[in-house]
Amino acid sequence: MTLWNNPTNFIADWLRGVFSGWGMAEGLAVILVTLIGIVVMASLVMLLDIFLVWVERKVVARFQDRLGPNRVGPFGLIQPFADIIKLIIKEDITPDGADKVVYNLAPLLSLMSVIILWAIIPLAPVIFGVDLNVGALYLIAAGAIGTLSIIMAGWSSNNKYALIGAFRQVAAMVSYEIPMVVALLIPTILAGTMGMKGIVDAQSIWFVILSPLGALIFLISAIAELGRTPFDLNEAESEIVAGFHIEYTGMKFGLFYAGELLHAFTFGTFLGILFFGGWNGPLPWGGQYPLIGALNVVIKGLFFYWVIMWIKYTLMRIRIDHMLAFNWKFLTPVAFVLLMVTALMDKLLAGTAPWIYGMGMFLANILVGWLALEAARAYARRQRLAKEALAQPATQAAHH
Amino acid sequence: MQNEWLYIGLFLVVGLIIPTAAITISRIVAPRKPNPIKQSTYECGMETVGDNWVQFKAQYYIFALVFLIFDVETVFLFPWAVALDKLALFAVLEGILFILILVAGLAYIWRKGALEWV
Repeated sequence: MTLWNNPTNFIADWLRGVFSGWGMAEGLAVILVTLIGIVVMASLVMLLDIFLVWVERKVVARFQDRLGPNRVGPFGLIQPFADIIKLIIKEDITPDGADKVVYNLAPLLSLMSVIILWAIIPLAPVIFGVDLNVGALYLIAAGAIGTLSIIMAGWSSNNKYALIGAFRQVAAMVSYEIPMVVALLIPTILAGTMGMKGIVDAQSIWFVILSPLGALIFLISAIAELGRTPFDLNEAESEIVAGFHIEYTGMKFGLFYAGELLHAFTFGTFLGILFFGGWNGPLPWGGQYPLIGALNVVIKGLFFYWVIMWIKYTLMRIRIDHMLAFNWKFLTPVAFVLLMVTALMDKLLAGTAPWIYGMGMFLANILVGWLALEAARAYARRQRLAKEALAQPATQAAHH
Repeated sequence: MQNEWLYIGLFLVVGLIIPTAAITISRIVAPRKPNPIKQSTYECGMETVGDNWVQFKAQYYIFALVFLIFDVETVFLFPWAVALDKLALFAVLEGILFILILVAGLAYIWRKGALEWV
């Protein structure tokens, strides 16, 4: 075990030796080393979050044909620090009639729900917080805390706009959680485990090839859960101003903002881990050298973060009835059909050569996706014809 | 097993301490000059009418009910998905039958018109 093969364990062993040398009890030393590891991990995540502010502003500027921040530091890299200083020195206003405890707790939970997701993200075969055997369920549970924080913020602000924003988020979350759970079941079936590390280990063929439709459903439902455009009804700034965080100022608003950016990046990372091979990936030797593996995971996370941003700044917001109809009448049935087909194909093709297995899975996914689109088209045509038939007598009556 | 959840617990505490520290620093540094107008409810310059905790569309309630059924049932599917490789074909078909019942439930709700936004 050297620094290059297993950096975290190497440093942890060395630190444990140092603490034991000071005459500390063995159990206490282990807990202290774990705590240091967690603090380092969480701090790195927060540092990345600060960097994401810059990425977000720079990329949106490019999408809108602007330059973006370019004055403070090289390429405007120091800009997010200036933003943070501004947010910290702004006055913190609590509106009249707000439920103070809930109001103050909401931004904390918003960021906490994202940070705890990093406990189960495996950056490399040997760099991971904890390999929970119920990783997929943990992902859903932690996501629900994020939604809870939005409901708390909307309800406690004593503001109608905030309340409406929170209601919309609840509707979005309860709807899109179903396809997300089903999309998580697909890597679980393919890998035979719910643990994130096991899922990455099982991807000798990336799961995106075995289940492209599953990856797409996961991406769509993740965007809906994040509340980003086209599903950003919870903070629709042109109708309910800012939705749930309308009354928040200063650092509390900053925490919501940081939480949102980090949430998007975290879901991008999960997409990379669940469907795109985790640490095996654009750079070679991700499995042997943990640092390269960690770099691979972050590269994939940033790439999918960029994809989510691309969707955000390209599409417009959709109406809430369209959003819910899209989920319940299209995405959920497709997800369930895909789940059944995946389970059946996995059983029938078990034991065949990898390329037959991969080909069969891929073609089954394409078939399900194509049939779903055809069914949606037929349904839409029927709706349109019914509407036209309804409108026909009215225009004839007007002629006479 | 116990160790893993201890780790998650520690992560949770650290995850709460970081935002708390940010807010605490802000509380020390930031000015505090509250006045009634500043603290009034923000409604784009209008004075707010009536109670702010309004009753809202019951439609959301129906979607929440539908969700509850599906979410509880999908949790049952996770053990089945994990053990799929070890199951016989018959057990896999049983699981698919279970999903088909779920989909039939969805079709029933759809037909009943609970998924229409009114």
